[in-house]
Amino acid sequence: MMPWFTVSGLLLISYGAVVGLFYAPPDYQQGDAFRIIYVHVPAAYLSMMAYSIMAVSAGIGLIWRMKLAHAVAAGAAPIGAWFTFLALATGSIWGRPMWGTWWEWGDPRLTSELIMLFLYFGYMSLRASIDETSKADKASAVLILVGAVNVPIIHFSVEWWSSLHQGPTLIRKGGPAIDTAMLYPLLAMILGFTLFFAALLLARVRTEVLHRERRSRWVRNLVLGESA
Amino acid sequence: MAADNPTLGQGLAAVVKRDLLLAFKRPGDILNPLFFFAMVSTLFPLAIGPGGDQLQILGPSVIWVAALLSSLLSLHSLYLSDLEDGSLDQLILSPQPLPLICLGKTVAHWLVSGLPLVLVSPLIAITYQMPVETIGVMVVTLTLGTMSLSLLGSIGAALTVGLNRGSALLSMIVLPLAMPVLIFGARTVALAAADDVVSAGVYFLAAYCMLALSFSPFAAAAALKISNE
Amino acid sequence: MELLAMGKYGAYVWSSFSLTAIVMIACVVQARARQNRIYRDIAIRLKSTDSAQ
Repeated sequence: MMPWFTVSGLLLISYGAVVGLFYAPPDYQQGDAFRIIYVHVPAAYLSMMAYSIMAVSAGIGLIWRMKLAHAVAAGAAPIGAWFTFLALATGSIWGRPMWGTWWEWGDPRLTSELIMLFLYFGYMSLRASIDETSKADKASAVLILVGAVNVPIIHFSVEWWSSLHQGPTLIRKGGPAIDTAMLYPLLAMILGFTLFFAALLLARVRTEVLHRERRSRWVRNLVLGESA
Repeated sequence: MAADNPTLGQGLAAVVKRDLLLAFKRPGDILNPLFFFAMVSTLFPLAIGPGGDQLQILGPSVIWVAALLSSLLSLHSLYLSDLEDGSLDQLILSPQPLPLICLGKTVAHWLVSGLPLVLVSPLIAITYQMPVETIGVMVVTLTLGTMSLSLLGSIGAALTVGLNRGSALLSMIVLPLAMPVLIFGARTVALAAADDVVSAGVYFLAAYCMLALSFSPFAAAAALKISNE
Repeated sequence: MELLAMGKYGAYVWSSFSLTAIVMIACVVQARARQNRIYRDIAIRLKSTDSAQ
């Protein structure tokens, strides 16, 4: 699909620009270790964005009974789970030199992000164990909505509780607290990751719809037409 | 024959009474989780060995984890017996609102599993050499916590009723939601042991419980309708 | 090369970035594998019902 290709194309450009850029910014208090921010923040941001997309899609699917909405939620789940894992892993790697520890059990942000990973697992397991598609859709939708309260908790956890994790850097009163030379690569990475996510999601939804509609005529024509 | 329309309160009471009666007919349902709780609580002292501070430090956490696990154990059958004998269909179709019925069953579940646990916990706490004032805090937090667990667990039970390996799946679903309860519950008791301020933790647990109370009957009802299709 | 060393944090920075790259590639691979599998399943099913007629 054309939009899909343009999206991936754009993302590659963003990537190239940024990975090139990240060599440029000067040293920081944290030394070069801070550069992990360029993967950690996009991953974390997307992990939450993916969950939000799933929650909204699940809600739409439940209320207006759109099968496509459920397909979107189903497609987004594995990607979101991977990004959550990535956020936790890169965060842990970053934490080792900065905080002196790989993990901190008391930390609200780490814990709530971990809980979100488990919610993703629960969602995917529930889906997998119900054979009937519409039932699986609705049941997992309920689950995703119940767990949705976790997302604002993750975001605000650094404000509400004392945490090892630093406070908000980008979205705060008075504008971003980060130097411009470092900010732009970060924004580009966030955007690039988002485009990557969007492209991947589109691909997955496509597959998902194909699978759900496998009995219909257009699928038949598509598949047989291509292999004829 | 004139039938009065039962009020919401009467409907709720009827559901609670029914479930309690059913539970008392099968004492195993009440006693098994309780024995499980007691046994799990003794696993740690057995593993750690006598003497030393370790037991005292670990006490609150171990009791809390044991309470969580035994609640999970008893949640599985919350709707299962109704599914098996067909009364689940009746409940869904009844004129009483389904969320109310779910709430009633959850209340009964707590009375049968959470409450005994809370009552037995001081005994176990004593074996962990917990000081008496701390035990008071522990009882309060456990009460709020087990209520939250019953409420959240009813959603998981409704989502997984009748599925193969439903109990493992139920745990997977409920545990992420229950983690904040565990964290605040165990930590608050630990704070109490250190003579620190506990009100923040207790308020949080109460708030979480209220939150669960306000939405879980509806979520469980929705899940039941979906599962029963 | 100074670039590889990254101050003294080379191991951390590079492992993060490579982990990210690996995971993202894994995502794509996973999605693609799923698509191929579903395509194949549909094709097989359609062909067998066709030949059964």
